[in-house]
Order: sequence, then structure tokens, then C-alpha cells
Amino acid sequence: MSTALATAEKGSSLWADAWIKLSRNHLALFGLAVVLTLCLVSLLTPWIAPYGYEQQNLMLGASPPSAEHWLGTDVFGRDMLTRIMYGGRVSLLVGFIATAVALLIGVLWGAVAGFVGGRVDTVMMRMVDILYALPFMIFIVLLMVVFGRNIFLLFFAIGAVEWLTMARIVRGQVMSLRRQEFVEAAHSLGLSQWAIIRRHIIPNTLGPVIVYTTLTIPSVMLLEAFLSFLGLGIQPPQSSWGLLINYGVETMEEYPWLLIFPGIALSLTLFALNFLGDGLRDALDPRASKD
Amino acid sequence: MTGSRTENLLELHDLKMHFPVKEGILLRAAKYNKAVDGVTLSIKPGETLGLVGESGCGKSTLGRCIVNLYRPTAGDIYFEGHEISRLSNREIMPYRQNIQMIFQDPMESLNSRQTVGDILEEPLIIHKIGDAAARKQRVRELLNIVGLPARSVTRFPFEFSGGQRQRIGIARAIALNPKLIICDEAVSALDVSIQSQILNLLIDLQKELDLSYLFIAHDLAVVKHISDRIAIMYLGRIVEIADSDDVHSNSRHPYTRSLLSAIPVPDPRGKKQRITLEGDVPSPIDPPEGCSFHPRCAYRQSRCASDPPSLRSVGSSTHEFSCHFDLKF
Repeated sequence: MSTALATAEKGSSLWADAWIKLSRNHLALFGLAVVLTLCLVSLLTPWIAPYGYEQQNLMLGASPPSAEHWLGTDVFGRDMLTRIMYGGRVSLLVGFIATAVALLIGVLWGAVAGFVGGRVDTVMMRMVDILYALPFMIFIVLLMVVFGRNIFLLFFAIGAVEWLTMARIVRGQVMSLRRQEFVEAAHSLGLSQWAIIRRHIIPNTLGPVIVYTTLTIPSVMLLEAFLSFLGLGIQPPQSSWGLLINYGVETMEEYPWLLIFPGIALSLTLFALNFLGDGLRDALDPRASKD
Repeated sequence: MTGSRTENLLELHDLKMHFPVKEGILLRAAKYNKAVDGVTLSIKPGETLGLVGESGCGKSTLGRCIVNLYRPTAGDIYFEGHEISRLSNREIMPYRQNIQMIFQDPMESLNSRQTVGDILEEPLIIHKIGDAAARKQRVRELLNIVGLPARSVTRFPFEFSGGQRQRIGIARAIALNPKLIICDEAVSALDVSIQSQILNLLIDLQKELDLSYLFIAHDLAVVKHISDRIAIMYLGRIVEIADSDDVHSNSRHPYTRSLLSAIPVPDPRGKKQRITLEGDVPSPIDPPEGCSFHPRCAYRQSRCASDPPSLRSVGSSTHEFSCHFDLKF
């Protein structure tokens, strides 16, 4: 999420200090461990998955968890553990990439609009308003029609929709920061506008940005499920958590494990991200105590 | 004037800063907020000029024009004989080193997400002074000068008291060895006991580093303690300027009189007549015709409403005031 931000503050002890504080926050550490484990498992899935994700066993049909299939099988007899592992790859990827796109565009757009102000701000924010008013489904369908169905295009399309709110949040923050005396102090020292945005403005908007980011990742994952359900995203036999949950809901009365396990995977991820986000926000606020 | 230009560190010539007030759907600037409306003054090397006025009289705007935070609408700013108000961002850099500012609220003027070390190192990095080791050394030196422990380097501003935070602000202002420091209400946000500590620190620094100050405040008592000369500002203009003692004992402008009468005296039996001004400060968007002080003046006469007075001197040539009459108080 924050390569741009991290380099901006390189060598500053804000980040060293943040790491110390984060490592004392057990809940945040737990979140970090879960997220890292999920990423690792997703990376290694092709080698460690017990079955192939499209490997069917029609004789088996939908079977409850057993010794051969720990999390059961779906109606085509495909192993659920395997499908959840492969689904996680797509869901995490979409979550992180689309959010990163939203974050990058949104923070820069909002920071520039709020900091420069005046006509530039008016033009930039009216563009955001117009994009808000545009039904985003049409936007995505158009993209798909023009460029063909492509998973990375999907990530980009979702990110291109999610940055709007981020831009508004950041702009509001920046407008209140811009008039503060430390920004004037930086001006009078001779720091350039861009350096002021990078070194003084953006680090001070981190709190709300991080919280909103942890809220964006899950909503992006669900958006992907919705698009896939409409046939615009991932198509079977590939899977994603959102897609698995969607199918699970249809059969939850007969085969509850088809809903429960992908549900647990998604919830666990969201919890972990929330804990991590809260921890990061506190860690990056120097005013929060170190112990 | 030309002769004195080299002698004075800073000279302002008829400086004006008018902010457009935008109205209507088309956002056209129909009116202007005349925050600074024709100020001429000068500061000599090593001198402290106090600038006093009510809130909204334009004294902070004047300070911000001098450090180039605002670009003045009209008039000239000469620093060591060079006009600096119309330079590009690149050309202004050497002057920025020489003109620094101390702000009112030390909590707001320090970035709460930077350590004290980073805050003090920033000006050195911007102006490419020394290598990393030399800068670290300089930061420790600065902390020592303003009386803060060396371990403050890794601390954040919120960990300090108000007075200590203002010391950090002062350390940042002197980091580049400036010649002139604008103190914008530098002690107004502090407790009275801390105020005098900071004032004394500023006086000591002035002797050691050969600094000049433009000391902006709304409180004449504070300014008296530190200033060689004092300028009184009302609605964007200087109404009286004189040596510190003259302002106190020999003031000529009714507005100065009323400001003086607001200073509390320690002796409760001391005879003192409080002059309370009628009404509020008029808006700088629509200043009164004639003398801008006349609606609140107890000595006003008919010509005050139409004829604006200009600064004139009496007695010693350093004492100037803008009133039609030779009032004795």
C-alpha cells in the first residue's frame, strides 16, 4: 500500500518508532501474522494444494468434510480446501491491487486538490463528482467491452472507482492542514510545494487514510464477487472467495459447509486487516503512548 | 532614502497587501480586504522593532509578506538594499536563509509527526548545509543554544511543555543563521511566567548572534520589554512610530494613548484613567473615509471624517505619527 509513503519518510524515526509500538500491540501482530500467512499460502497454492481446482469427482457430489476432503466437496465433487486456496489468490490480489490503485490516485488527487485550492480544487473535485454520478457498472462494462475481459483490468477498474471517496477524505484533511502554521513554517524555510505535500501534508493524513484502507479492502473483495456473479469478473472453474460464498448461499440449506468455510476465510481476513489497520494508525500517531 | 538603504537591514516602501473578497456565483473580486494598506518602515541591523495593534489590524499579514508567504499587491521590500518581493522561488532562496519567522502557537507550528531532530534538520537539508554528520552536530548545538537537553532529538513536539516547544521553534528559526527574525506573537500563547523566559532568551540570542527582530504583538507591555522602537498599527496603516520610551511617555496619537491606558499598573492606588474605545474595529474591507480611526476617536473634529492624515514627525525626527492635531496628553 505505502511504498510511496515509505520512501517519503525514509530515514525518519517515525517509522522506526511505529514498528516498536506495533510490535507491542498483540492484536495488531496477530492481524499481521494472519495476513502474512494468507499471502504465503496464496503464493504457494499451486504446489501445496491437495487437488487441482478444476478436478471433479461427480461420483462424490457434495460431500461433507472427511479425511480425504477436509472441508468437504462442492456439488461437482471439487475439493473445497483447494478451491478456497485458489479463491484466496484472486481475492487477496484484487483486494490489495485495487486498494493500492485507489490509494495512490485518491491520496495524490485529494492532496493536490486540497493543497493548491482555488480553481484547481474546483475542477478536480467536480471531476470526482461527475465520476461519482456515473453508474460505475456502466464504466466497468464499457472497460470490459473495449479492452476484453482481463483480470488485471478488473483490478484497475475497481480501483478506479474506489479512489473517489479516498480523494474526498484526503482533500478535507489537507484543507484543514494547509492553513496550519507548520505548513507556513515549511514555506518560509523554502521547501517546495511538492516537498511540503510529501513530507508534511501526507504523513499527517495517514490516520484516516489507513482506517479507510482497511475498510476498502473488504468492500473491494465483495465488489469482485458481485462482478463475477454478473459474469464480468472471474469465471468458473476458477474461483474467488466472493464467488464461492455466492454459490454457497444458494445451497446453504442442503450443504452448509459450502458457505461456512469460504465465509470463515473471508471474515478472518477482514478481522486481521482491521486489527492491523487499527494498530498501524495508533503506531503512526506519535501522540499515542509508546507503552 | 537612497543613502540609508544600505544602512537599513530591511525597508518597506508603501507596502500594500489587498486580499480579494470573492462574491456572487461568478466569484468575481468585487471588494478587497485591505489588510496592509501602505506601510513604510525600516529596521536597522541589531535593532528590535515592536509592531503593536489589535487583532485584524494587519500586523501578521505584514510579517508574512516580509518572509514571502504572501506576495504583496503593491510596494517594495528591500533587504540589504535588494528588492525581494517579486523574486521567483529560486531567486528568493538566499534571502529565505536570512529572514526567518517564529510563530505564535508552538504546537501548531511544529509538525507533530516529526521528531525534534527532523524538525531542526529540515532547514539545513533544504539549504544544503553540511553533510549528515555536520547537520547532526548542528542540531545538537542548536538545542544547546536554546537550552534544551541533547536527548530531545528523538522526542516528538507533544512531549514538551509550551515554553519548551517555543524554544524548538526558536531553534528552527536560528538554524540558518538569519539576520532578521519575524516574531509573530511569539509569546502570546504562553503563560506569563514563561513569556519572560522566552523574551530573555530572545534578547540573549540577539546579542550573541547579532539578530534584528520585528516583534509583532497585541500587548504593549510585552513589546516594551524587548523593543528599541515601537510601531503602532491600526487598520493596515502605521499610526505612530517612535523610540520605545517616546511611545510610552510622549505618545501623540489618541489610539496609542488608549492602548497605553490598557496596560495594568501594579499599584492599585496609582492614578490612571482608562480610555475605553467606543465601538469595534471597522472592517478593513470598507475602512472609514478620512482618518480611519476617527469613528472611535474622542478628539475627532469635522476634518477628520474627510481628510486622511499622513505620518509627520515632531521633536526628534524619529518620532512620527498620523494625526491632524498636536494633542497633549
